[in-house]
Amino acid sequence: MAKKQARGWSVVSAIVKQRESAIFLALLIMMAIIQVMAPNFLSGSNIYLVSRQIALVAIVAIGEFFVILTGGIDLSVGATMGLAGVASAGAMAAGLNPWLAILFGMVVGVLIGVFNGWLVSYVLIPPFIVTLGSQEIARGTILIYTKGWPITNIPKSILFIAQGDFLHIPVPVWIMLVVAVIAQVVLTKTSFGRRVYAIGGNETATFLSGVNVKKIKFFLYVIAAFTASIVGIILVARFESAQADAGTGWEMQTIASAVIGGTSLAGGSGSVLGCLIGACIIGILANGLVLMRVSSYWQTAIIGAVIVLAAVLDHFRKT
Amino acid sequence: MENKTLVMKGITKSFPGVLALHDVDLEVRPGEVVGLMGENGAGKSTLMKILTGVYQPDSGTITWGGKQVSFTTTRQAQAAGISIIFQELNNCPNLKPLDNLFLGRELDRKNSPFLDLKMMQKKAAEVFKYLDVSVNMDTEVRNLSTAHQQMIEIAKALLTNASLLIMDEPTSSLSDREVTKLFGVIAELKSKGISVIFISHKLDEVFEITDRIIVLRDGENMGELVTKDSTQKQLITKMVGREISNFYTERASKATDEVVFEVKNLSGPPYIEDVSFSVHKGEIVGLAGLIGAGRTETARLIIGAAKKTKGKILLDGKPVEIRSPEEAVARGIAYLPEDRKVQSLILNMTVRENLTMSIHKVLTNWLGIINRTQERGITDKYIKSLDIKLTNREQAISSLSGGNQQKVVIAKWLATVPRLLILDEPTRGIDIHAKSEVHRIIAELADSGVSIIFISSELPEILELSDRVVVMREGKVCTILDHKDATQETIMNAAFSGSANDVKETA
Repeated sequence: MAKKQARGWSVVSAIVKQRESAIFLALLIMMAIIQVMAPNFLSGSNIYLVSRQIALVAIVAIGEFFVILTGGIDLSVGATMGLAGVASAGAMAAGLNPWLAILFGMVVGVLIGVFNGWLVSYVLIPPFIVTLGSQEIARGTILIYTKGWPITNIPKSILFIAQGDFLHIPVPVWIMLVVAVIAQVVLTKTSFGRRVYAIGGNETATFLSGVNVKKIKFFLYVIAAFTASIVGIILVARFESAQADAGTGWEMQTIASAVIGGTSLAGGSGSVLGCLIGACIIGILANGLVLMRVSSYWQTAIIGAVIVLAAVLDHFRKT
Repeated sequence: MENKTLVMKGITKSFPGVLALHDVDLEVRPGEVVGLMGENGAGKSTLMKILTGVYQPDSGTITWGGKQVSFTTTRQAQAAGISIIFQELNNCPNLKPLDNLFLGRELDRKNSPFLDLKMMQKKAAEVFKYLDVSVNMDTEVRNLSTAHQQMIEIAKALLTNASLLIMDEPTSSLSDREVTKLFGVIAELKSKGISVIFISHKLDEVFEITDRIIVLRDGENMGELVTKDSTQKQLITKMVGREISNFYTERASKATDEVVFEVKNLSGPPYIEDVSFSVHKGEIVGLAGLIGAGRTETARLIIGAAKKTKGKILLDGKPVEIRSPEEAVARGIAYLPEDRKVQSLILNMTVRENLTMSIHKVLTNWLGIINRTQERGITDKYIKSLDIKLTNREQAISSLSGGNQQKVVIAKWLATVPRLLILDEPTRGIDIHAKSEVHRIIAELADSGVSIIFISSELPEILELSDRVVVMREGKVCTILDHKDATQETIMNAAFSGSANDVKETA
């Protein structure tokens, strides 16, 4: 009996020592405060809406997380979302089978990732510059094509990917779970994942160990573009139109999710679970501030402060 | 500038586990050029770092101009008139000469925050006139030759009123003509009563420019030579020492005649030229030479970490193209890099993850999923066979001692079952016990048929293990010695002067 208790305790202490535990605790405290200040926070309809929003941010954040794990950054995910959405909506409007149109949108979005990955890994341009540039290229392409007008007349048959639910849980949340599980398996069970962490820890040593570092870094940008494209297309279904400015600012939200979730911007450490919790913190904070009727100007400043706070706490945890 | 005498007395300095300097004396009189000589790791740079305030001595005193001093920063040493010019020039290549000359000591106009450009230009012109050199002041420093950049460093030192200049390998990247020019400047400084400590590996130069030569070996002062009364042979004898330690045991080589690996006329960046040698099955080929002789660079060309411009690599007599470490591993060539922390270890990972980093191909299925059971098995096998001391294979690699970390790195490469193993300074920074274990492992590997290229700056271990010794100098192979001909003297002669016998008898 005593032994069983001891083992139970060691499990508890192992959980407490996980870095995710601290941020998860922070999330719970935040939720408690919001619930006290705004009792409709934990209502069914609010949770439904918030979880759907969080799921979308989390999917993009996981792709971004892969890139950050090697010490890189992708500033183009927001614009990639927009471009993938516009490309698929445009194809649908032109009468293509909606599922083929979605496939087309995914391919266009992933091409941005191929462009980023090629320049970063093989031409050796710093990722900050490459993805800043490709962000503008993607945004500009959207405007050239749409002239700033939304693309409407989205076929009803695909709307469920954003608006539908299964077992009372929104479809985007299911998609997020699938993406998260795949990401978790890839990162913890496969050679590819092991190497991603290794590159973040010591790129030189990984290269000299006989790992094709360039190829791996290339694929990380493709992965980031892939997850961004998924969400870009879900947003089309959500608003039943493709907006020219869809995805604007999402790169910051997703980078913030990863960082708040304990991912080191220097690379080498962080987890999928951390990213999910980080996305929850950002999503719930934004929602809570609305429910508490905080002015939208303040909301922006407060979210910014939380991001800085997370980075500062992370710094002190390390030293 | 006043002329002062430097007296360093009884300097002792130890780092964790290493006695770097033991009771070293050094005296430099005004207007004297003193050569500081010794093998790699003899303690030359530690001594200079103590003099310039980078390190503090454990004991001993430094007297400068009759007063006892103790600098805690290089800035203090500079202010007192002692400046050091490093081998790696310390300038901002993107700035012009004038900005570099006054970096950190810019002159302002009286009572204003603005730079006094006129005054700085005037002072710069004065100092270059004094040195009798002309430097293009209108271009960024990166566009100037190394020789000119060095002159700027010297001028910078003089602008701080230096009366003692330390030059660490100042001629390593100069052409013969530039060296002559530099020596002209040193003679000029000397005539004005400024003293110079001249550190170099090049015997000819040391004999040409210095008045006295002080020899360090294993952190001890082996005495001094008056340059004009001495021969190069005397100097080498002093540097190498007479007693050959009996600590090392003879190895009975099991090398066969079968040539497994061969490089022919290998050339490539930064300065490797026409390197040719071969390695037999079960043979240990030592690669000796001074720091900067091109040993590591040769290894990097072999494994494809740098791109060769010329030459052939043959495995089993057949030419192969190796474009990356990945391809080298696939062909059974393993390279253990010289800097464990920077090039070998992934510090945020566990012992297991580090140990299996190069054998994912063996461990994964078609989905790329790693077989953990097999991975643990291989890890445990090597922990046992190399006797790696740890509590748990899942502990962070950073928590092991240096010797055990190195054993994990060796295990990582053994796990790839290499045919050719290139070991670059495998015993650097590990304790005596771990070192002898690493030696044993290397010998056993060779006896089991692995071909080994063994790079080391420590001659005793090169002599102990190598069947043949390839001596490199300035990017070229200068001689290949059989085990029976290899001694500390023959190797050092070749490393310093380019051939095993051709040491000048004259002063």
